[in-house]
Amino acid sequence: MKILTKWLRAYVPGVPVDDAQLAEDLTLRGIAVEGIYDLGNGNGSLFEMDITTNRVDAMNHYGVAREAAAIYGLALAGLDFALPKAREGAASYPVRIEAEDACGRFTARVLRGVTMGESRDWFAGAEVATYFGLLEQKQISNAVDATNFAWIAMGQPTHVFDLDKIEGGIVVRRARKGERLKTLDGVERVLDAEDLVVADHAKALGLAGVMGGWDTMITPATKNVLVEAAWFDPIAVRRTARRHGLHTDASHRFERGADFNAAPVASGLVSAILLESGGWLEGELVDVRVAAIEVRTAKRKPVELKLSEVHRILGATVDAEGITAATVEGVLTALGCELATCCGAALDGASWQVTLPSWRLDLEREIDLIEEVARVYGYNRFANTLPEFGEGVRALPWAEKEAAVRRTLLGAGFHEAIASTFCSATEAALTAPQPGLSVPLGNPLSEEAGVLRPSLVPGMLAMIAGNLNRDVSDVRLFEVGTVFSGNTEKVEERPSLAFGAVGSLPEQGALQAARAIEFHDVKGVVEQVLERFQSRAVDFDRFPAEAGLTPEWLHPYRAARVVVDGATAGWFGELHPREAAARKLKEAVLVGELYLDRLYRLPLRQPIAKEISRFQPVRRDFSLVLDESIAWEKIDRAVAGLQIPELVEWRAREVFRDRKLGVGEYSLLLGVTFQAADRTLREEELQSFQARVVEAVGKVGARLRS
Amino acid sequence: MNEEIPNLTAFDEAALDEAFARLERQARAAAAALDNDAAVEAFRLEWLGRKQGRLNEVSGRWLKAAPAEAKKLLGVRFNALKAVVEGLLDAALGAGQDGSWGGAALAAEAIDITLPGTRRLAGAEHPITRTLNEITRVFAALGYSVGVGPEVETDFYNFESMNFPPGHPARDTQDTLVVAGQERRPQRDRLLMRTHTSPVQMRTMEQQPPPVRIVIPGKVHRNDAADATHSPIFHQVEGLCVDTNITFSDLKGTLDHAMKALFGSAVKTRFFPSFFPFTEPSADVQISCIFCGGKGCRKCKQSGWIELLGCGMVDPAVFAFAAEKQPGYDPKKISGFAFGMGVERIAMMKYGVSEIGSFYAGDMRFLSQFA
Repeated sequence: MKILTKWLRAYVPGVPVDDAQLAEDLTLRGIAVEGIYDLGNGNGSLFEMDITTNRVDAMNHYGVAREAAAIYGLALAGLDFALPKAREGAASYPVRIEAEDACGRFTARVLRGVTMGESRDWFAGAEVATYFGLLEQKQISNAVDATNFAWIAMGQPTHVFDLDKIEGGIVVRRARKGERLKTLDGVERVLDAEDLVVADHAKALGLAGVMGGWDTMITPATKNVLVEAAWFDPIAVRRTARRHGLHTDASHRFERGADFNAAPVASGLVSAILLESGGWLEGELVDVRVAAIEVRTAKRKPVELKLSEVHRILGATVDAEGITAATVEGVLTALGCELATCCGAALDGASWQVTLPSWRLDLEREIDLIEEVARVYGYNRFANTLPEFGEGVRALPWAEKEAAVRRTLLGAGFHEAIASTFCSATEAALTAPQPGLSVPLGNPLSEEAGVLRPSLVPGMLAMIAGNLNRDVSDVRLFEVGTVFSGNTEKVEERPSLAFGAVGSLPEQGALQAARAIEFHDVKGVVEQVLERFQSRAVDFDRFPAEAGLTPEWLHPYRAARVVVDGATAGWFGELHPREAAARKLKEAVLVGELYLDRLYRLPLRQPIAKEISRFQPVRRDFSLVLDESIAWEKIDRAVAGLQIPELVEWRAREVFRDRKLGVGEYSLLLGVTFQAADRTLREEELQSFQARVVEAVGKVGARLRS
Repeated sequence: MNEEIPNLTAFDEAALDEAFARLERQARAAAAALDNDAAVEAFRLEWLGRKQGRLNEVSGRWLKAAPAEAKKLLGVRFNALKAVVEGLLDAALGAGQDGSWGGAALAAEAIDITLPGTRRLAGAEHPITRTLNEITRVFAALGYSVGVGPEVETDFYNFESMNFPPGHPARDTQDTLVVAGQERRPQRDRLLMRTHTSPVQMRTMEQQPPPVRIVIPGKVHRNDAADATHSPIFHQVEGLCVDTNITFSDLKGTLDHAMKALFGSAVKTRFFPSFFPFTEPSADVQISCIFCGGKGCRKCKQSGWIELLGCGMVDPAVFAFAAEKQPGYDPKKISGFAFGMGVERIAMMKYGVSEIGSFYAGDMRFLSQFA
């Protein structure tokens, strides 16, 4: 919205500051001036305003002038002016409000013998051509310009009909279902039974408070006009406008609440301007009001305001005197309230009954008045105080666990990422841990973002692909975020962790050859994450491809299920080559997801120190030959099954395959450490342990390599 | 092979120092290159040989030629050089064997210490997480616990209980992404992507009687077209403080303190009237520009100020909703304030990020900068 300071100052003579200071003063009181443009030639400035939606009353020149008057303690000029005496009509013009819930006031004025044409630069203070020129508001015709003038001056929508095209008189009513109306934009509309219309005795003339009708619009041939200025209900106008996809100046104002008392003033303004081009008034203003609505708007009950409440909410001020009864009275009176001191004033300071101005429908309660006092007094004149420190600070139960997960991933060289909350239905179907339970959006930003992500994997894959497409070949990312399941009736949210890696290991230097990251690198990270938690058992398992249990996004032979205490806690592995190809990814992509809600049920592992043996450990390596079908897991279990207390550590030190082995065989170097807590191991003990190890692994099919 | 021992013409101290230093350099260079026993023996012969050794030659040529007054000066230097050469030989004959670590054997282990270090690349915390944590830490120090809530909200918590009545134009300012298939449900039960973290205010108050002090970090969504500063996904931190005797000046003091803690003690704040349905009085808060200190620059559009957060005193209508489940929220007896800030905006400012979309692209090059 634009404000001309020249026009504004005409309504508040004597503003003691220049335009720049005026802009600053208004802005600090919530009437924000976003831009100031000097118009030169003594024309003042053009203010570009940004006024919050609750202050629709200030979205016009008179409204801003009222604020300036309150700030500087000045008198505001009136908007009333004399109209020529009306000639007597046959009878007062017939106006009826049928929709009494939605139209609070309808005023009609009949002007006859009017000449339609260019508007002129008329009466006192209203330099229309000048103002419009400076505002770059096109002049169209005197009728249109007159309604625009009333709009820009005081924010009251008005409408001018060609009187001779109205049949019988005005009725404000709900439309009949299927009734037709061609609006001013030339669109032929089929009306809904809920639409509010201004009609005559035969047909709808316009969408009330939204847009006038084509058939009764002013033409160069128009001689006699009817000037409408009314008050329509915000919700009724909003619904009508929405239904027809319209947003007009008029609907904008009515939706936010118009001034019940502005209609006759605006009607007078429009009529006066039109009469400048000839013609006369016929009959007095017809003014139909609905008492029930007037009571809700112009004649609201006064609101009680206590000075003690002002102090309770606002607190300390910078200046010692603070907010006094005089401050409150000064501010509210300037804004158009009427204050009567009242009741129980004695005990806790002053108290008033405040009558609210008809143009401030946003003022309803005591707190609204307190805000006005603070606003005009100036927010920055309040002190900076700190409330007393009360309760202890509580952390979220999973905060520490989430931090531990993040630390582990960061330590493993993965960067944290945040991906879209949404994915396509196809991706959702591919990655949902519980197939079919995905939640679509009603108004998605795009088809690719049509569903709430059931898994973090789609986002991870998109980010990996993004990096590879930008020639970033080493990628290690993780995301901690929310995943969604359920249906459109009930949506469940769970925390999840996804990770993805492509390219070489995190070490980078001139002296080491880069090594491509592979499954077990990622498995190591998963193990580290799981080790943060106190679980009874962690297992990694896989299923034959034909079982159909492995998620479809994973390579069936290079993927693992993560099982913690018997429950699935996630999946990871190489991206299925089919999915990689579909995303044009040539590199092997490692990707996985852990269901953090499952992990968060476990306590964090509390480190407990064991006494470290003072006695010499003995390390032994066994070079084993195994059939390809025998996985490490079997060897691992076989060794564990021995339950030798002195067998303190064992691991696969190397796996290799060479031509000297039989077909379908591989070699494994098993490294074992023996150590006792209380003695040095004797040679015969060691011999016996070793023999037992060989026997145990032999039982699962391993033989010693000769 | 080294150059022949030259004849000395000057015997002042400076000339002698230079001559002996030159010999010492030659000896050290020769010793450093010794990599087998034969070479060590050759070195011994070359320097310490009784007949043709270089030191022998030095004593022969220089000592004889020296004038009487220079003989002592020369002798001291000669003995020092001899000790160095013997030491080099000892070292070359077997590092450590005789307890003298150093010399040729270790020299053979020399590495290029100027090559860049091998880096185990550390992961980088996301700048949004980092900023969220910074903000929550500042408020934790002021006694604020962390509260969270769902990203899919009901119309009731997102709008109605935050004093956005059905059909109210203020709803238009928050373009909402809605869950499909809600049309037949009662308005307050309809599901949508929360447009702000404010609903957690209500969820918290319903769970807990006053006093309340929480900060609410979280992800929110709006149906906004993406551009350099807008994203359909973004993050907010909301704060709520409710107790007896909480005032507007407490709100001012709290945020002034928090902004100083976040951006440095020189930062100033100023408050403007604003409008939010769930607070009254409502304010927008600006901080003095952290780039120019308030003088005016490109970042603050020459104004010297940067708008950073919205806040206000909790509207009694919001307390009335809370009081339905927790009668302690009687707006006549308690009061409170709430505030909210956009995390992306703060992160963009603090870390000089110009495109909001960078936060969600997962680009390794972007994220590495925060390691």
